[in-house]
Amino acid sequence: MKIITCIKQVPASSKVEVDPNTGVLIRDSNNAKMNPYDLYALESAFQIKNIVKGTKVHAVTMGPPSAKSVLEEALYMGADEATLVSDMRFAGADVLATSYTLSQLIEHINDYEIIICGKQTTDGDTAQVGPEIAEFLSIPHVPYVKEILKIKDSSVILRSGYDEYDEIVEVKYPCLITVEKGYNVPRLPSYRRKILLRDCKINTVSLRDLKDKNPGNYGLNGSPTQVDEIFPPERLTDSIKIEGTTEELATKMISILRESRFI
Amino acid sequence: MGYIKINNDKLTTKTAEELLDICPFNAFDYIDSYLSINAACKMCKICINKGPKGICEFIEEQKERIDKTKYKGITVYIEQRDNQAHNVSWELVGKAKELALKTNEEVYALVIGNDTKDIIKKALEYGVNKVFVYENEAYKDFNVEVYTNVVEEFYKNHQVNIILVGGTNQGRSFAPRIAARLKTGLTADCTKLDITDEGDLLQIRPAFGGNIMAKINTPNHRPQLATIRYKMFNKPEITKPFGEVIYEKTEGIDKKSNITLLDTFIKPRVKDISDAEIIIAVGRAFKKQKDLEMIEPLRVKLNAELACTRPLIENGWFDPRKQIGLSGRTVKPKLIINLGISGAVQYIEGMKESDLIITVNNDVHNKLFDISHYSIHGDIYEVLPKLNELLNQIL
Repeated sequence: MKIITCIKQVPASSKVEVDPNTGVLIRDSNNAKMNPYDLYALESAFQIKNIVKGTKVHAVTMGPPSAKSVLEEALYMGADEATLVSDMRFAGADVLATSYTLSQLIEHINDYEIIICGKQTTDGDTAQVGPEIAEFLSIPHVPYVKEILKIKDSSVILRSGYDEYDEIVEVKYPCLITVEKGYNVPRLPSYRRKILLRDCKINTVSLRDLKDKNPGNYGLNGSPTQVDEIFPPERLTDSIKIEGTTEELATKMISILRESRFI
Repeated sequence: MGYIKINNDKLTTKTAEELLDICPFNAFDYIDSYLSINAACKMCKICINKGPKGICEFIEEQKERIDKTKYKGITVYIEQRDNQAHNVSWELVGKAKELALKTNEEVYALVIGNDTKDIIKKALEYGVNKVFVYENEAYKDFNVEVYTNVVEEFYKNHQVNIILVGGTNQGRSFAPRIAARLKTGLTADCTKLDITDEGDLLQIRPAFGGNIMAKINTPNHRPQLATIRYKMFNKPEITKPFGEVIYEKTEGIDKKSNITLLDTFIKPRVKDISDAEIIIAVGRAFKKQKDLEMIEPLRVKLNAELACTRPLIENGWFDPRKQIGLSGRTVKPKLIINLGISGAVQYIEGMKESDLIITVNNDVHNKLFDISHYSIHGDIYEVLPKLNELLNQIL
């Protein structure tokens, strides 16, 4: 069995804000980490590896050269191979261009039964890239996987969680799944593997290696959506203080809940 | 469309450092006095707009422009299960009608299913101009591959301007599939929508994983596709139906799928507070476990999940999974009501991103008051009984 897991480097802190006066983004640190949801994707792959002998796990990411660090982490956790797809011309990619780039990378690797993605990322929170990759590859996808129930020769049986119901589905290979957080416990990177893999090489793929070499299909040029403007959220800067008699307080509380349509 | 050009000839060490500092995504590499942009660039153009003048420049590349007047109609995909529409779809119809007023477009409902007459009736009552219906035995249960083929066929025949999809788990799996099939943009979980006179949809959503909003548009692609979460907008008023129902042919549409649905389980009510949309959190001001009963009427009315601070876990009143805070769960519900919580930093960090924060506390200097939208200065032992009394009256 060959598994590809798509992972992403995200900012370690979510404390990014817009300065309301200058419109400049302020961040409180430059630290980056692996998207936490991807840890579950990797762990799912490793669990399949435990069940199906000879399984190989290939971690891939798209990003700047510094994104290699999440691939290293994946290798130390247990991935067998890692590939970074990176090119200046990928800058400014929206969901469509990102998914397309990753699908081109996966076609370039061209050896997999299952692609596993995290449910979403903590920086974009869109949960769209997985399904779009599947569409570009013309393969089925199953989102929000909570459990891998059975691995068969040409298909896998999964439990997938929707808002009000769970589905048990059987999906044929090749396929893509996105996994829920919290259904397994991701292993930590192993120090022994780190020593063992000290000189391991991470593959780097750039635009010229991909089948579609037209820069117009990548990055900003391949992105149908554009960010027009960024601005701080409309937010009450000052808390509204409510004082008064018990009756007034309770009445006010009910009217707040009513106005915001909670009751 | 275009790219950012760096005029290295005008660059000084000082301006280079300014640019390195201003870029929120560390997308500049400055090596051997040469500045370049790497793949981390998000094209936010802050370097051009706010950076030192003349160094970074946006080079516009003209692409062939689509004729936007050819694309008409705001379509709402009506999500259904067992021939019952999801309410988010009607909320989107309400929004679509508002937008359509500005551009003088029609509002369409796109219905895919097996026995959809109740849904069609409702769509007409909510005042859509046209209901496009794709009925077939194969469309009984949602299947992402089969349904995507239907939307592709729909768009081939009707070049609509916009398709709105509910941001449910189903919609969040379906919409990206449609976007990639139609090679168009998709903005997830918009919190606000507007439209220009030209029909460009302005999609507003939180961005870059921070406390930032972004206004996103789709300048040269159609259809414009967006998902919107449940309970963002209001359902439209019921009107006297005036719309038209169009039954579309389904014979020629591919119905094969690599996914077989084996079983469905309706979920028991979700109990994990991380996923809860409405939370009532309680703290040490509750003197006895029995006093928690004071919350029941409000909890039932709001259909809220109960959560607590660490001291209440320690005295065994709650399961540890109910704890909010750095050592417990982080929550980001649409509404959180803090009752009798002292507001330790560890607690605040675990809930401060909630959409609406209401705090009831008798301590004026309570730290939670600083981050709450509404700070109610009162004793829970007085406010709650009164609240229950009032709730009883409006039941």
